[in-house]
Amino acid sequence: MNTEPEAKPKKRPEMAKQPPSARRSNFNEVALGYDREEAVAEAKRCLDCKKPLCIDGCPVGVNIPLFVRQIAEEDFDAAARTLKSTNSLPAICGRVCPQETQCEAVCVLGKKKDGDPIAIGGLERFVADYEIAKGTTIPDLPEPTGRRVAVVGAGPAGLTAAAELAKMGHAVTIFESLHSAGGVLVYGIPEFRLPKSIVAAEVDFIRKLGVDICLNSVIGKIDTVDELLGEYDAVFLGTGAGLPSFLRIDGENLNGVYSANEFLTRVNLMKAYLFPEFDTPIKKGSRTIVVGGGNVAMDAARCALRLGAGNVTIVYRRGEDELPARAEEVVNAKEEGIIFRLLTNPIRILGDENNWVTGIECINMELCEPDESGRCRPEPVPETEHTIPADLVIIAIGTSPNPLVTIATPGLETARYGTIVADEAGATSKPGVFAGGDIVTGSATVISAMGAGKVASRAIDEYIRRI
Amino acid sequence: MSFTILQKRELVPTLHQMEINAPRVARKAMPGQFVILRIDEYGERIPLTIADFDAQAGTITLIFQEIGKTTRQLASLAAGDSIADVAGPLGNPSAIEKFGTVVCVGGGVGIAPIFPIARALKSAGNRVISVIGARSADILFWEDRMNEASSELYITTDDGTKGHHGFVTDVVQNLLEHGEHDEHGERAIDRVIAIGPPVMMRAVAGVTKPFGVRTVVSLNPIMVDGTGMCGACRVLVGGVTKFACVDGPEFDAHEVDFTLLMSRLAMYLPEEKEALDCDLRSSVGEAAAEPTV
Ligand SMILES: Cc1cc2nc3c(=O)[nH]c(=O)nc-3n(C[C@H](O)[C@H](O)[C@H](O)COP(=O)(O)OP(=O)(O)OC[C@H]3O[C@@H](n4cnc5c(N)ncnc54)[C@H](O)[C@@H]3O)c2cc1C
Ligand SMILES: Cc1cc2nc3c(=O)[nH]c(=O)nc-3n(C[C@H](O)[C@H](O)[C@H](O)COP(=O)(O)OP(=O)(O)OC[C@H]3O[C@@H](n4cnc5c(N)ncnc54)[C@H](O)[C@@H]3O)c2cc1C
Ligand code: SF4
Ligand code: FES
Repeated sequence: MNTEPEAKPKKRPEMAKQPPSARRSNFNEVALGYDREEAVAEAKRCLDCKKPLCIDGCPVGVNIPLFVRQIAEEDFDAAARTLKSTNSLPAICGRVCPQETQCEAVCVLGKKKDGDPIAIGGLERFVADYEIAKGTTIPDLPEPTGRRVAVVGAGPAGLTAAAELAKMGHAVTIFESLHSAGGVLVYGIPEFRLPKSIVAAEVDFIRKLGVDICLNSVIGKIDTVDELLGEYDAVFLGTGAGLPSFLRIDGENLNGVYSANEFLTRVNLMKAYLFPEFDTPIKKGSRTIVVGGGNVAMDAARCALRLGAGNVTIVYRRGEDELPARAEEVVNAKEEGIIFRLLTNPIRILGDENNWVTGIECINMELCEPDESGRCRPEPVPETEHTIPADLVIIAIGTSPNPLVTIATPGLETARYGTIVADEAGATSKPGVFAGGDIVTGSATVISAMGAGKVASRAIDEYIRRI
Repeated sequence: MSFTILQKRELVPTLHQMEINAPRVARKAMPGQFVILRIDEYGERIPLTIADFDAQAGTITLIFQEIGKTTRQLASLAAGDSIADVAGPLGNPSAIEKFGTVVCVGGGVGIAPIFPIARALKSAGNRVISVIGARSADILFWEDRMNEASSELYITTDDGTKGHHGFVTDVVQNLLEHGEHDEHGERAIDRVIAIGPPVMMRAVAGVTKPFGVRTVVSLNPIMVDGTGMCGACRVLVGGVTKFACVDGPEFDAHEVDFTLLMSRLAMYLPEEKEALDCDLRSSVGEAAAEPTV
């Protein structure tokens, strides 16, 4: 048998995508996933390294070489079990994780000249979708321990903590303020990147592990953390960083100016793109400006485009290299015809006499030499003020933790910008209360939130077995 | 878990009272707070004030005016039906302390939210003078409840069919000018709280301002989540942007930018009309679904 690496193709198969001309006007998924043949062929490229670097690159430590080998052997059920044993949300991670900076960044194949790393994300998605289509199998659960844990927030952090704790035999209840579980996965990330049916299927798996999900339950209002501590042995806070920041410039309260959170929530959670079949309205705009350069800005711009806003422009104060969004999403956005006005910063939003937005006044920026932190600070270029007309403006410059829970929880230490202070294991300053995800780190990634949920679940397990 | 409607009746034309089984909300509800509900999977999230609550029975009472698609659909539901989602209690409770003499003003559907506040203020030992108003006598409701919750009750109707012929502001103005004074001749109104249409709240703020009486209004901007996550509910108070759902809904009336509030409330007028037209068409469509050929 020929296992010489040289005999293997250096390149991964390109994943099929909806062509830009078609996808500009629909909300269907853009990337279509690998088929069976492509997945098996790609899996066969893996070297099954003795010291696999990819595992260390994964924040939850998925046994990547094992599940990839199981794909190569066409034992997809085994591959699914391998994935699920460490990652409860593989169909989600396969789609939205920045693999290019994590597991795939350290894959040895990518280090070779002209070599592509294994398409770990694509393979993960393939296996997870296979399992969803076939019907998920629930692992055997241990005897109930009689311990009860409350999890606040049904985002990736909370869902992961809940799943892990349930797998340890604890009784878990999740309290979620919205009417749907998933956090950013349901209200922020659009359908065309992450179909909501996929999120629903993965949430359903967590329910089947015995986790009770109480929706419409705003903790801090309907119950306080102290009240939860009276009923449960421990509490995990995974409430995310959902408070939208505004620019604090004139005109921000004009009609037609949205936070990205509101715009995306209307479109994704409330399905305003299907208005009037669904009741929630959204302004479509004919000239849309999105302020910001991260994933959230890309998602907002691409949603606006799909709603039929003929002309969508991203305004970002730094340059192309500084765009914080995933490179892949910038490419997707450009292919779809989103215009980028880089090194441009808004100074004022303009409106008409009826309080409707008409445009934004901007100033050109230039990047100065990097400071000690290595970041180039953008500086305005004098006398370059100019106006860009717009009838819809979306502010996507970031979010910070929502203080709803923390202000109602005496004894819980918070840091600057309202994040909760927690140690590496997720323990907070308040006994019995653990936290993880964006509420601790500020806006980060799905997988880092999941990693935090997982780590905290171990600390919680230890804690409640002790008491 | 869904929320069953226990009772529903039309109090006056297009204005409905609904009692909903929501034990966890009822347990925590306080005067001035609201819920956000979504009727079904297709529904919009809309805020409605908790007009009354009974922790023992596990129920909350909502009063709503039929004005668009969602409130019309809500009006079509009956006891035994259920609502998919009810989240609450949201917003900060109304400040209930012993202020002295408090004037509680409720205009139109605003009578509903002012009721639990008046009741709580009265049981906190305040002298509560309530002023409730409507366009006409036949759309005035909860007079009996307001009577019980107040030390004194004034009624106004725009058309003079009941009580004072005119606006609630006339009565408030009168109370401030000619109302009781204490032994030192000081004006004896310590606080005014007004809930109703924005124009009414703005008018009340205008009337009380020259007298320097602390005046509170409950703002009703468009909301989505009700938890501070979206900023749809931005209002300008004292020149500072606030999120009404978490920073309010009650604010200092003399600091509120009512013009902004009103223009933001009109943001979706074309879409609201479309939703309603679409709804009308589909209900006409159902009625005419019999084969005609
Ligand atoms: C538009 C957008 C696109 C993104 N794209 C990507 C991507 O492609 N890849 C990636 O890795 N990351 C992406 N991210 C970041 C990623 O989604 C987050 O880092 C991640 O979701 C954080 O998970 P979490 O569980 O900590 O919080 P969240 O996902 O924010 O979940 C928190 C949950 O807690 C609930 N909650 C809050 N307060 C309360 C309360 N008081 N009571 C009850 N429940 C409460 C919220 O409703 C929410 O459901 C994106 C973020 C956004 C906004
Ligand atoms: C804190 C708060 C408490 C409220 N309490 C009550 C109450 O007790 N009784 C009552 O009858 N009404 C109350 N309202 C107003 C009520 O929410 C609106 O009448 C309702 O949302 C209209 O929905 P619709 O689909 O029937 O009408 P639409 O045709 O959609 O809208 C009609 C008008 O209602 C307002 N509106 C629309 N959508 C929303 C929304 N999501 N949030 C807020 N306002 C909206 C706009 O001004 C709009 O022009 C309250 C509003 C707030 C913010
Ligand atoms: S580093 Fe790359 S080649 Fe090595 S085991 Fe991981 S995926 Fe396979
Ligand atoms: S309704 Fe979304 S922040 Fe207030």
